[in-house]
Amino acid sequence: MEHDNLIACHECDTLFRKPRLVGRVSARCPRCGATLYRGVSRKLDTICAMTLAALITFLIAQGFPIVELETNGITSETTLFGALIALWGEDMQIVAVMVFCSTILFPLTELLALLYVLIPLRAGYVPPAFNRVLRAIQFVRPWGMIEVFMLGVLITIVKMVSLARVIPEAALFAFGVLTLMFAVVVTFDPRVLWDLADELGDRSQRPLPRTSADSAAVAVSSVAGPPAPHDLPTTAQTTAQTTAQPDAKPGAPGALPPAPHQG
Amino acid sequence: MKYVTARRAGLVSCHACGRVEPRIRSITPQHCTRCGARLHSRNPDSLMRTWALLIAAALLYIPANLLPVMHTASLLGSEDDTIMSGVVYFWTSGDWPLAVIVFIASIMVPMLKLSVLVLLTITAQRRSRWRPDQRTTLYRMVERIGRWSMLDVFVVTLTVALVRFKSLAVITAGPGAIAFGSVVILTMLASMQFDPRLIWDHVDGRTQKPQDSDHD
Repeated sequence: MEHDNLIACHECDTLFRKPRLVGRVSARCPRCGATLYRGVSRKLDTICAMTLAALITFLIAQGFPIVELETNGITSETTLFGALIALWGEDMQIVAVMVFCSTILFPLTELLALLYVLIPLRAGYVPPAFNRVLRAIQFVRPWGMIEVFMLGVLITIVKMVSLARVIPEAALFAFGVLTLMFAVVVTFDPRVLWDLADELGDRSQRPLPRTSADSAAVAVSSVAGPPAPHDLPTTAQTTAQTTAQPDAKPGAPGALPPAPHQG
Repeated sequence: MKYVTARRAGLVSCHACGRVEPRIRSITPQHCTRCGARLHSRNPDSLMRTWALLIAAALLYIPANLLPVMHTASLLGSEDDTIMSGVVYFWTSGDWPLAVIVFIASIMVPMLKLSVLVLLTITAQRRSRWRPDQRTTLYRMVERIGRWSMLDVFVVTLTVALVRFKSLAVITAGPGAIAFGSVVILTMLASMQFDPRLIWDHVDGRTQKPQDSDHD
């Protein structure tokens, strides 16, 4: 496939060749400045762990009350879901649905969907309905608003302080942590997984990789040159072989502009 | 420096997985061979859809600011709060950093979003070559800050759930909250429908052949 190593900027449509990035670098479009893609290397494990941790924190944040108000001996506390029920009961169904989607449904979908694709990919196979799940992640991502909700909670607390005694509860801290975790999770671009799945597909006849770096190295070899022989023993050799001949690919389009800036 | 766009090279990139493929001209829609998403060189009817959503958002912006978002009933009487009166309340009670945050998130951001998107859509429609890089930056800003206007809706949600001291004070949500939430969602949809590649299509001296159905 001669188009496999091309990328078009999603903001200005400029074509670039797509060199593999390793580590904490990202490729930017020199024309409009958009980030084209980032290096993955070992991030897959980190993201996987972070997603799992975020899922647990998410359950705590949803299951426990956020704050408790106390005035003249009367107390009142609420979980996020309780707040939604209160809204629903007041004929504010539309608002309740908006808040439900942006703080419960979409973040939860994103976490579950990420785990559903990440765990099998790390084990070396592509899960069923892979494409649909990845597209679902891209669809829900802009609508998950945990960090906005966190700011909303803080503002509500400050507002309430003048009215009653405010006692913070477990979910408040859980939401705080969850905000930070989500900030890490959304740095991960699910597009990378399509490339990775391609690489897994390419080498289905060969032995399964043990780590993501392993599979990446072998996959580069399948793009860059003739298929690696069966008896390639170690990762180190595979990597050495692939870095030595990245230009050996026949039919690389020569008329295209140079690789994008790295940095 | 001359840049080759995917469209000029007869290619189209998948908006979901990023794969670049040769463009096939046919009546049936083309699908990505890797992920199965529908391929289009530019968002279909991008400008038309952006306009529709923008107009809807601008209309709803009026009730969002005029109607009360919260209704407080207490022993001291009842009171309606709009978005602006919430900001004023924070300002007069001395919480001016909060007043600034709420003002930025609920008043400035929606206004900025609406006006920036109108500017972008008009310039894209006129095939303007005016400062494409800065217009792209504006677009990126709109995409990034849009969600923060949802802040007020969340504050209302929590306040309503917390302040229900039957005899002392009860706060209920007002119709302004529905309008306000809708404005946020509509402007987010509008910025998603707008295709930033339209900004760049006419920038390189030579005008690229407009390919029906992709434009306007």
